Order: sequence, then C-alpha cells, then structure tokens
Amino acid sequence: MGFLEKIGLKKKEKLDKGVEKSREGLLDKLGRAVAGKDEIDAATLDEVEEVLIRSDVGVNTTLEIIDRIEERVAKDKYVTQSELQQMLREEIIKLLKEHRPDHPAKFEADLPNKPHVIMVVGVNGVGKTTTIGKLAHLYKKAGKKVMIGAGDTFRAAAVEQLEIWGDRAGVPLIKQKHGADPAAVAYDTVAAAQSRDSDVVMVDTAGRLHNKKSLMEELEKIKRAMGKVVEDAPHEVLLVLDASTGQNAMQQAKHFTDVVDVTGLVLAKLDGTAKGGVVIGVSNEMDVPVKYIGVGEEIEDLQIFDREDFVNALFGDSAS
Amino acid sequence: MFEDLSEKLEKAVQSVKGKSKISEVNIAETVREIRRALLDADVNYEVAKAFTTHVKEKAEGEDVLTAVNPGQQFTKIVYDELREILGGERSDIKVADVPPTVILIAGLQGSGKTTFVAKLARHLKQNNNRNPMLAAADVYRPAAIDQLKTLAEQIDVPVYSIEQKDPVRVAKETVSMAKSLALDTVIIDTAGRMHIDEEMMNEVADIKEAVDPHETLFVVDSMTGQDAVNTAKEFNERINYDGVVLTKLDGDTRGGAALSIKKVVNKPIKFVSMGEKLESLAPFYPDRMAQRILGMGDVVSLVEKAQEEYDEKKAQELQKKIKKDKFDLEDFREQLQKIQKMGDINDLVNMIPGASKAMKDQEIDEDAFKPIEAIINSMTPEERRDPDVLNGSRRKRIAKGAGVKVRDVNDLIKQFEQMKKMMKSMSKMGKMSQAMQGLKNLPFGRK
Ligand SMILES: Nc1nc2c(ncn2[C@@H]2O[C@H](COP(=O)(O)OP(=O)(O)OP(=O)(O)O)[C@@H](O)[C@H]2O)c(=O)[nH]1
Ligand SMILES: [Mg+2]
Repeated sequence: MGFLEKIGLKKKEKLDKGVEKSREGLLDKLGRAVAGKDEIDAATLDEVEEVLIRSDVGVNTTLEIIDRIEERVAKDKYVTQSELQQMLREEIIKLLKEHRPDHPAKFEADLPNKPHVIMVVGVNGVGKTTTIGKLAHLYKKAGKKVMIGAGDTFRAAAVEQLEIWGDRAGVPLIKQKHGADPAAVAYDTVAAAQSRDSDVVMVDTAGRLHNKKSLMEELEKIKRAMGKVVEDAPHEVLLVLDASTGQNAMQQAKHFTDVVDVTGLVLAKLDGTAKGGVVIGVSNEMDVPVKYIGVGEEIEDLQIFDREDFVNALFGDSAS
Repeated sequence: MFEDLSEKLEKAVQSVKGKSKISEVNIAETVREIRRALLDADVNYEVAKAFTTHVKEKAEGEDVLTAVNPGQQFTKIVYDELREILGGERSDIKVADVPPTVILIAGLQGSGKTTFVAKLARHLKQNNNRNPMLAAADVYRPAAIDQLKTLAEQIDVPVYSIEQKDPVRVAKETVSMAKSLALDTVIIDTAGRMHIDEEMMNEVADIKEAVDPHETLFVVDSMTGQDAVNTAKEFNERINYDGVVLTKLDGDTRGGAALSIKKVVNKPIKFVSMGEKLESLAPFYPDRMAQRILGMGDVVSLVEKAQEEYDEKKAQELQKKIKKDKFDLEDFREQLQKIQKMGDINDLVNMIPGASKAMKDQEIDEDAFKPIEAIINSMTPEERRDPDVLNGSRRKRIAKGAGVKVRDVNDLIKQFEQMKKMMKSMSKMGKMSQAMQGLKNLPFGRK
C-alpha cells in the first residue's frame, strides 16, 4: 500500500496543493506571509525558508540567506513587507558573483585575446552543444569571426549535432571522426582558429559525470592541448548546468572546477518551471559568475545572465 | 556526509538518556536532521515535511531498543518507511496478447531517453528473446535520429524513421512496419519536451492516442531537484504513464527525486540507468535507493544488527546486574561473544556515531577477544562469578591454561574491574560509544 493511502486523503490534498503552490511566484507567497505584519517573525522566516528551498537554493545557502536577513532585521528592528522583499533581493544578489571584465558577457564587447578560446563542459545532457550553437550565432551576429570544434567524439551523432548548429549559425566547424582523440580535435580547432584569424573559438566536450575519474582526466588533457596552441588557452571554461538539477549541481561545480578551473556558469533550460536556485550557492562558493541562461531550443534562446532579473524570476514577479 | 549526520545524531541523544519510549522530545533533533537530509537529497519540500511528520507519528510510543539510541532507532524506522514507499508493487513491462508490444518513452530534454531506448531494446533482445524495432519520433533535436540509428546499429536492431517532421506518423508507421516484419516489440523514442509546452505536450498525448502503447515510461534524470514533482505530475496527467525510469544514477546524486515522484504520482520505478554503456541498465532496488537518499546506511545496519542480536529481557537483567554491581566475568564473556556475532568489530565501532573518534582510529584486532575468552574459559565458574578469589596461584594456573602470561591475566582482571565501574556510572546502556571506549583499554585490544 502506498504512503498516500496510509496518511489519508487530507494529506494528499495538501500535497497536491503544495505542488500547485510552487508554481506561484515566491513574492506572492512571501507577500501573503508578511501581509499586514511589520515585524519579521518566525513564521515569516519559515515561509522564506520554504520558498527558497522550493527553488532549489538548498539548505545551506538558504540558512545563510536567512542568517543575513535576521542580522539586518536585528539592527533595523522593524521591517515591512516591501523592506523584507528588498532585503532578500539584495542578499541573494550579493551571493551571485559579478561578470568578470576579462570575460565580457556582451557579445559586442572587445575580447581580451585573439582568438579568445572557450571550452564548454558539463555532465550529460545539460545543454552544452546547444549552448555552443546559440553562442556561435550571437557572437557572429555581433560581428565576431567564430569557429567551433566538435570535441565530443564519444557520444553517438554528437559531431553531426554540432555540425547542424554550425550550419544554423553559419560558422565553420573543425571535426574529426567519431572516436577520435578529443584533445587532438581541441588542438586542431584552436590552431585553425589562430591561422584563420578567428575572434572567438568554442570547443564542445562530451558530457561526463563529475565522479568519473578517467573522464575527468581526459578533460584536463583536452584543456592542456588548447594551451599548447595559444598561450593561456582556454581563456574561459564554461560549465553548463541544467536548471532542473538540484543540489548535485554543487558537486558538479566542485569537481569540474577542481579539474579544469571553471570560469563561468551557463544555466540552461530556464524556460521550464525549475528556478535553478542552486546557482546562488554555486556562484558564491566557487566564486564564479553565472554568465548566460538558456531559455529554449531555438538559436536565439540564450541571454546574458542578469542578477536582478534572475532574482525577480526566482520570486516569480517580473513586474517589479 | 555520514560523519556529519552521526555526530549530530550523537548530540541529539545526549538529552534523551534514560527514556524508554520514543517520544516527540527525544527525537526532535533527529527529525530535524532527517528532514534536512531529505532536502539535501533533493526530496521535494512538501514531500519531506509530510513524510517526516508521518513517520514521527508512527514512531512515537515505540519501545526504545537499549542497544542503540532513540535517534538511531528512529532513523531505522524512517529507512524502513522510505523503502516501503519506494518499493510498493513491482510489475514488469507488459507484453501484448497480439504483438507487437508497443512501448512509449517520454521525458524532459536531456533526461536520457535515447540512450535508455537503446538499453531497453538490448535488454529485451538479450534477456527476453524479443525482436524490437525502434521508432525515431524525435524529429526536432539536431541529429537525434542519427544518434538513435548509431546506437541501434551497435545492438543490431532496426530503426524506422521518415523525412517529414511528423512524430505521430512515425510512431504509427513503425507499429505497422513491425507487424509486417513480424517483430514483436516497438519502442518509440520521442523528443524531449518541457511539461509546460502546451503544443509539445499535446503532441506526445497524440502519439499515445495514435498507437495506444502497452507500456508508457517516463524518463527522469536522477539529479533533478524540487521541480521533479511538477514535471512528473504534468506528464502523468497528459500521458498517464505506467512506470518511471531513473537515469544517470552512476553519478553521486542522492536521488531524492525518486521519492518525490513516487509520492506525487505513485507509479513504480521500473528501471535505473547507470552509465553510458548500453549494458548498464538495472532493475530498481528500493532499499539501495532509500539508503542513498538518507546518506546513512551505516546507522541503519547498526540498528538492524542490534535488533537481530538483542534480547530485550536479557538486556534488562544485565542492566539490573550492573546496577547491583553483580556484573561478573561470566556476563562479560557472554557480551563479548555477542559483539563478535554482530560482525567485524571495527565495522561495528565505525557504525557508532562518535565512536571512531573515541577510538582515535585505532584498529581493534579481530582476534583480540580470543585470548580474553581463553582466560575466562580457564577459570572455574566460582572464579568467574567472584574474581576476588583470584590469588596468585589461581592466576598462574589460569595463565597456563589459556596459554598467556600471568601479567595478561592481571591486566584483564584490572581492566574488568575498571569497566565494571564505568558501566555502573553510565546511567543507561545505549551509550555504546562509551562501552567501546572501555574495550579499547583491554589487553590485546590494540593492534
Ligand atoms: N527547453 C530547453 N531545452 C534545451 C535548452 N538547452 C538545451 N536544450 C535541450 O536539451 C537537450 C540536450 O541538449 P544538448 O545540447 O544536446 O546537451 P549536451 O550537454 O550537449 O548533451 P551531451 O553532449 O549528450 O552530454 C536537447 O534536446 C536540447 O534541445 C534550453 O535552454 N531550454
Ligand atoms: Mg553535446
């Protein structure tokens, strides 16, 4: 017999309602929680805790945010609903790292290197290849000369997939056959970009779970190969995270950072109902900015990450 | 993770010494820790809350096992409940009376559908002697059809695909094609889709209606967070699937989504996918999943072992004896034998929250108890009951009988007296870590 039957119908209703509820925005809920109160109380903090956890912010980061708010309230004593919302926003924004000047997010911005080499990594299926397709398009649209490399020589039809994206974006692709040494592909790609005077070059890699030692070593090797062509390459290592991933994203970030020193995050698939709140803790702990978000499967569906917008979306009210 | 949790559990028990029933008070901290463990494991907030509340109500009033603390015992109750929820009825993939059996696969983008389709085909072919045909109904993702074809080639299974972007048609035609080729199974790979994408959700519902599959499976990434309940529910409402497939379990995710999904849709988890190789498909084991979600399998097995070996009545007698200072070498020998029966002593020590620290990482020699037992065995029943009678010549005789030095006999008796004192001062059993600390001081106890 299932659990639901055992605890009776009442709880099931509550559960269903709970699921419904999570579709509302965080601020709606928060608004409800603090409406008519001008003092922060335990129940309100519980409510804040709930909405943050429900957005995948995670227990640790949630407690950290609540601590910070409590500290501020202890100083300012009284807090109205709008003040509390403002505080929450500010504290979350503080945890999210800013874009780095040497890795400009804007596609028109001058890049500090030529070619500017970007390596894209992440676990299986998060959206690496799609992200490269979108980025290639957006860089090109901004007037940059782009090249991409099919460094996933492992997954079935991965090369073909990137090839299609290359065609869509109208940028050249460097590839070898399926099963080739990915480090060699990475080397070739960067070398080709250099000789053809590209502005930006992006190398795709096969998806791999961060706890697989040999695959992580391979990634390190791919990275080193790029450095043999252009000094300090890759200049950026983007870790793609799936917005629907929960707390495991933290493990992913730690392991990938250990091995290839991630410089920025891409939060893909934000077009669903998942909030991707785990990036708050990841950005804070790994000290890396979230650079882009993926919001669909079309070539234009990529945006530069904006902390305010993200927090508003987290709160579910894009209006304010 | 485990170290963390056990330390917390140990702290939780400080306040509950001497309680004989599980009550709200003596497990409050454990309940909090469990709830947190569930949230860290990505169990949905609402589900975690309802679950712990329910288990707490269930546990209250149960007798406390003397061999473990209430927190640990509660953890075991949580584990059992979790295992039950995750398990439930298990049914295999249905087989059609009139072939082909049609299996529809659906899920979000990047969840691992295509790889799973190939794994399932391989599994049915190799283990069930079936002849599958695959339908390439993911007509959107670049190179998705190529991917399916490449995988199918590896397992020598045909794929049906068409030029047009019409997934309903692909599905229908694959079924008729399979029929005419006398292939008994059709597996339909569909495009990944967001559960809030109306158009795409209608499409997958249309596919289902068009081919009326015998089995529909929802594929979900085991790393999914809080949103798992929304997607699982929405897909269930649209295609009323028969079972769930958890993918990428070869990672280090705690996999709380499994619990969330089970709770909101109550559909069985039929397979787990554990790697990129096509062989890495496994049945779902509720007990492993429960341990994984809790991240504390060790406490669970400690309580299980304690339950196995623990005789409530004898425990109470022993308790009385200790209090009245009547604990003798006979009892001691019995306890030693019991501990040995529980398994590798070092494993046991490690299972006790805080004990490994108390032992300062010293290993206890598995054979450490042998000479102790030999010494006690060489005593007369009278000597065992009353060690005070052990004069020099008796000790010499015992040492000879046990094949040890007289000094070893002296040490044992001295340590025994010390331990007796310590046990008395411990107001209750259940504080096994202190008892273990006593063990550390026994002769032969160190490696
Ligand atoms: N809705 C939505 N889907 C996305 C987004 N980004 C990628 N996808 C889809 O997610 C699936 C996986 O994307 P890929 O780009 O192949 O992911 P990957 O990380 O390269 O995958 P592997 O190379 O197999 O590890 C595809 O179906 C994409 O269309 C996004 O921002 N939103
Ligand atoms: Mg890819």
